Amino acid sequence: MKLHHAAFVALLALGVASCRQDMHDQPKHKPFTRSALFKDQRSARPLVPGTVARGQLMEDEHLYLGKVDGKPAETFPAALADAFGGGGEWQQRMLARGRDRFQIQCTPCHGSVGDGNGMIVQRGMKRPPSYHIDRLQKSPPGYFFDVITNGFGAMIDQKDRVKVEDRWAIVAYIRALQLSQNATVADVPAEHRDELDHPKPRTEGQTPETQHGR
Amino acid sequence: MAQVFPKSSNTLSKASIVVAGIVLGAVGLATININRTTYVTTQSMPIEQVVQFTHTHHVGSLGLDCRFCHTAVEESSYAGIPPSKTCMGCHSVVWKDAPILEPVRESFRNDTSVEWIKVHDLPEFVYFNHSIHVNKGIGCESCHGRVDQMPLMMRQNSLNMEWCLACHRAPEQFLRPKDQIYTMGWDPEKALGMTQAELGAKLKLENNVQSRTNCATCHR
Ligand code: HEC
Ligand code: HEC
Ligand code: HEC
Ligand code: HEC
Ligand code: HEC
Ligand code: HEC
Repeated sequence: MKLHHAAFVALLALGVASCRQDMHDQPKHKPFTRSALFKDQRSARPLVPGTVARGQLMEDEHLYLGKVDGKPAETFPAALADAFGGGGEWQQRMLARGRDRFQIQCTPCHGSVGDGNGMIVQRGMKRPPSYHIDRLQKSPPGYFFDVITNGFGAMIDQKDRVKVEDRWAIVAYIRALQLSQNATVADVPAEHRDELDHPKPRTEGQTPETQHGR
Repeated sequence: MAQVFPKSSNTLSKASIVVAGIVLGAVGLATININRTTYVTTQSMPIEQVVQFTHTHHVGSLGLDCRFCHTAVEESSYAGIPPSKTCMGCHSVVWKDAPILEPVRESFRNDTSVEWIKVHDLPEFVYFNHSIHVNKGIGCESCHGRVDQMPLMMRQNSLNMEWCLACHRAPEQFLRPKDQIYTMGWDPEKALGMTQAELGAKLKLENNVQSRTNCATCHR
């Protein structure tokens, strides 16, 4: 008799344990959830063409298109100072950000110094030109911005993955790379010249940042 | 009238109370623990997808950064799954005609979605946010394991509440410097010559990391 009861309670308990799903899958949409309502089954809906969110009119041609009077901009847009926090050091911050983004988004193909010898190229991607050829040395910042935004030949556009401000930061970093690859000993600050011949050893797992405590 | 119950039923009924107690206890323990088994959490079970995408190749051998594909992870609650356009950036040239990539090409041509099966799926009464974890110094590896060694994606951890809490009670066990969040196989001893305890204590102060165990942190 008692055993019967125990078995019954045990079954009940198992039953309770197994009906866990009701609140787990609620009829609300989280990112990437399927929706039966729309033909393409996506719950995330594209914006109606022509929609402008408040404060996002994108009037600044220089900033958003990299163009001044319809020609590739020769300078960096003034709005970047605010985007990178203003003050005396916004340019350093922009360069640091540019370096970071370049390493994530561009090095796989363009290589870490921009010579066009990235890992993917070694595995069969079309080889991009080096950033250090004469033509690209002379190209204005607006041109690089345009290549990132609209793509170029075999390179698809990166505009979905790289935000506008980050694109400019990357362009600034490319400019720095171009300078660095053509630098002479005279460009190295006097107090650091010694390190050129006697680089400090780097221990395993250290990156240039952790080594210099930056 | 004869007795209905023999004398031995006295002992039997006492014994059955004990037995019932043991059985109930066992069932209770089992119900709690069954939810911890890998069978229920489907932890460590590789999941077959429509496209045999491998993190081993793309992260391990090609060295791509997580953010090349999971672009939203620093700034939003979800990490995001890359659109097929991201794949086509390379695969319109590399392995251009490979049959294995046909679902990706088809999705790119017709603007349809590749139907990836979700590997990590929290119940919808739980609020989770990637950006705070990443920005406070928790590496992808601490939650997702050695992704660079997973030919097929699998769940490294149970995602049970007790797992979240084990870290929320003492996050210093996992804190990393911010430039190592995306690194796989990072080891504080090798890189910085510090134990995790020393580093964790330091970073906890520096980044003002809190221990959050209030129910409303995750159930809001
Ligand atoms: C998937 C590989 C890939 C990635 C990622 C990539 N590129 Fe390219 N890029 C190429 C290839 C290939 C070319 C050459 C295209 C051609 O000539 O058809 C190229 C060309 C260029 C050029 C030269 C255009 C010219 O006038 O010759 C620039 C500038 C450039 N890329 C910038 C970038 C920047 C900046 C990024 C990162 C935001 C980036 N690329 C990411 C593959 C890539
Ligand atoms: C080349 C693009 C790419 C890169 C780089 C990449 N991933 Fe992924 N990731 C994907 C795709 C596509 C999926 C979905 C297919 C799958 O689950 O295998 C995915 C799935 C995942 C999932 C499981 C998502 C789910 O369904 O729950 C995790 C976790 C993940 N990636 C982590 C990482 C981490 C960590 C890194 C960096 C070390 C990384 N990924 C780098 C493309 C990428
Ligand atoms: C940055 C370039 C790049 C991107 C982006 C990329 N792949 Fe690949 N993928 C490669 C390369 C290179 C190989 C060849 C690997 C090798 O040679 O070891 C490859 C191989 C593959 C293979 C063959 C099986 C294997 O892993 O070797 C599949 C399937 C694949 N990729 C799927 C995808 C999917 C799906 C995406 C988008 C989420 C994607 N790839 C994004 C570069 C890329
Ligand atoms: C604190 C633990 C934790 C950390 C750290 C973490 N993740 Fe996740 N990740 C999760 C959980 C939990 C989910 C399931 C979310 C859900 O179902 O809502 C998830 C889901 C994902 C997904 C599936 C898509 C999505 O956003 O739901 C991807 C991709 C992913 N993570 C990638 C990453 C990458 C890349 C990193 C490192 C930058 C990372 N995660 C760091 C816990 C973590
Ligand atoms: C490896 C450690 C770790 C794991 C595992 C982990 N977390 Fe966290 N979580 C943290 C840290 C560290 C913070 C930042 C706390 C702070 O300083 O505010 C945090 C913060 C959060 C926050 C934001 C709190 C707020 O007030 O904004 C949420 C929500 C959260 N975690 C949910 C989860 C959930 C849900 C899980 C399990 C699926 C989980 N976490 C697993 C370490 C972790
Ligand atoms: C760090 C995040 C976090 C905190 C804090 C947290 N929970 Fe949870 N809780 C979770 C997760 C994740 C799950 C889902 C577990 C699963 O999938 O089995 C969960 C599940 C639950 C469930 C449902 C169990 C089920 O299987 O249906 C209850 C009830 C619950 N939590 C109550 C609480 C209470 C009460 C508190 C405060 C004392 C609390 N939680 C604090 C993350 C959290």
